[in-house]
Amino acid sequence: MDFFYFLAAFLIIRRINKSLKFSILSPKWRTMLSTATWVIIVGYFATTFTLEDSFQHLIGSAILAGLIYYGIRERDFAPQRSYLLANAPLAIVGLINFLFQAFFDGFYDKYEQFFNYAILIAFAWIFGKWATSRKQEEELRISTERRAELESLVQERTIELQKQKDELQETLQELKTTQAQLIQSEKMASLGELTAGIAHEIQNPLNFVNNFSEVTAELIEEMEEELNKGDKEEAVAIAADIKQNLEKIMHHGKRADGIVKGMLQHSRASSNVKEPTDINKLADEYLRLAYHGLRAKDKSFNAELITHFAENLPQANLVPQDIGRVLLNLFNNAFYAVKERQKTADAEFKPKVEVTTLLKGKSLEIIVKDNGTGIPDEIKEKILQPFFTTKPTGEGTGLGLSLSYDIVVKAHSGKIDVKSKQGEGSEFKISLPV
Amino acid sequence: MKILVVDDEADVQPLFLQRFRREIREHEFEFDFALSGEDALNYLHDKHSEVVLILSDINMPGMSGLELLSRIRHEYDEPPPMVMMITAYGDEENHRQAMERGANDFLTKPLDFNLLKEKLKTLSK
Repeated sequence: MDFFYFLAAFLIIRRINKSLKFSILSPKWRTMLSTATWVIIVGYFATTFTLEDSFQHLIGSAILAGLIYYGIRERDFAPQRSYLLANAPLAIVGLINFLFQAFFDGFYDKYEQFFNYAILIAFAWIFGKWATSRKQEEELRISTERRAELESLVQERTIELQKQKDELQETLQELKTTQAQLIQSEKMASLGELTAGIAHEIQNPLNFVNNFSEVTAELIEEMEEELNKGDKEEAVAIAADIKQNLEKIMHHGKRADGIVKGMLQHSRASSNVKEPTDINKLADEYLRLAYHGLRAKDKSFNAELITHFAENLPQANLVPQDIGRVLLNLFNNAFYAVKERQKTADAEFKPKVEVTTLLKGKSLEIIVKDNGTGIPDEIKEKILQPFFTTKPTGEGTGLGLSLSYDIVVKAHSGKIDVKSKQGEGSEFKISLPV
Repeated sequence: MKILVVDDEADVQPLFLQRFRREIREHEFEFDFALSGEDALNYLHDKHSEVVLILSDINMPGMSGLELLSRIRHEYDEPPPMVMMITAYGDEENHRQAMERGANDFLTKPLDFNLLKEKLKTLSK
């Protein structure tokens, strides 16, 4: 029966050998393991043919126990620990066999059959254990594999998402650049519309500067004449005129200067710096620019401009060129609307654009009202959308009101309200917090 | 000779008064001013018989100079005053319309006062 100990020991070596086969530990143990195999085989034949039965049990179980003991303590064989332990009952049964055979010979002979059964059971136990542990191992292997699979899938997805994110970010950046370009080109377009108005606005003060300088030169000559004649009183009167004229020259020079500055401000990329601003002045300036701009393009066009500027308004903190653009846009729209209506209206129709400023509670209101064509209900919702325009291709960018909305609502925390009735006119109200 | 100058820019007034200083002193010309077409019509309503010549800007808010011209030609034909139009936009269209509506002359800004003076002097003779 000692065959079973050696077989179990042989199988342990085999199993360890197999498990190390593809590991980096393999070279370290290869020689030792094959030596052990031979030792076991030779040991078996040596004990079987030379020793008596009880010592066969002793040697067999001792070899097995030694192998188990060594295997359990060796860290390299840790994965096989449970298999090694499964061999322990066989070693113990072997030892018991030896003890009974050596010291209770009679008892052993009587129940030899049961002792043999015990060996068989202990041996079978090894395989039972081995089968279950194999099953567990298999399950573990599968779940490890599954996890690795999932992990690689997750990583794949993560890379994909990262790529998508990068692409989106790039697109967003591009959109932002395009938007900035669009805003700038809309600005330049409205500047183009303004040029004629600006030219007119500058021409007027320049004419005054020229005319007053000319007349002043004449007056000085006259004053000299009067002084020579001895008419001091007249000379003093002329001097007073000269003084007044010089003031007028200065006034109109400054007026032209202000217009040029305003134009530069309008064309410049917005600095976004809010500063205290006189809304009445701003509204007046842009109303004139818009009106003269349109007049320069269509010389027969005429409209009544009515301003209701509230006096003593507090200064509003705003970006002047941005709000200026908003106003310019509203005025241009108003003039366009009255002009369109004039095309079909009878001779009695008087185009009219009104600007009102007022203080209501804690907000400043600028109301631009016209008696033009009005906005049909079905497009009222759309007028603030970018690129929406009712003008013929090439005449409007469709960005005016949407940019105005951004400027007033987003940049100034204000509000734009629209009231309109088709065929009667429109009213745009801008409310800005003081 | 009484001349009505219609222009929305108030500063043309001292300009005219100084440019024609001598003529005014010698009572050769007399100037009155209106700041808009509507103003001018009101003025004419009362004193149209006194005014011999009207000098009007074309580009004014509200009633334009051309409209004023039409109204004058329509409402005051006895005796018909002389009307000269002035514009900063010396373009064909304005000129054509001014003439069509019965303007006597058409001047462009900046005004050449010496030329204007000569024209007025020939008229007054």
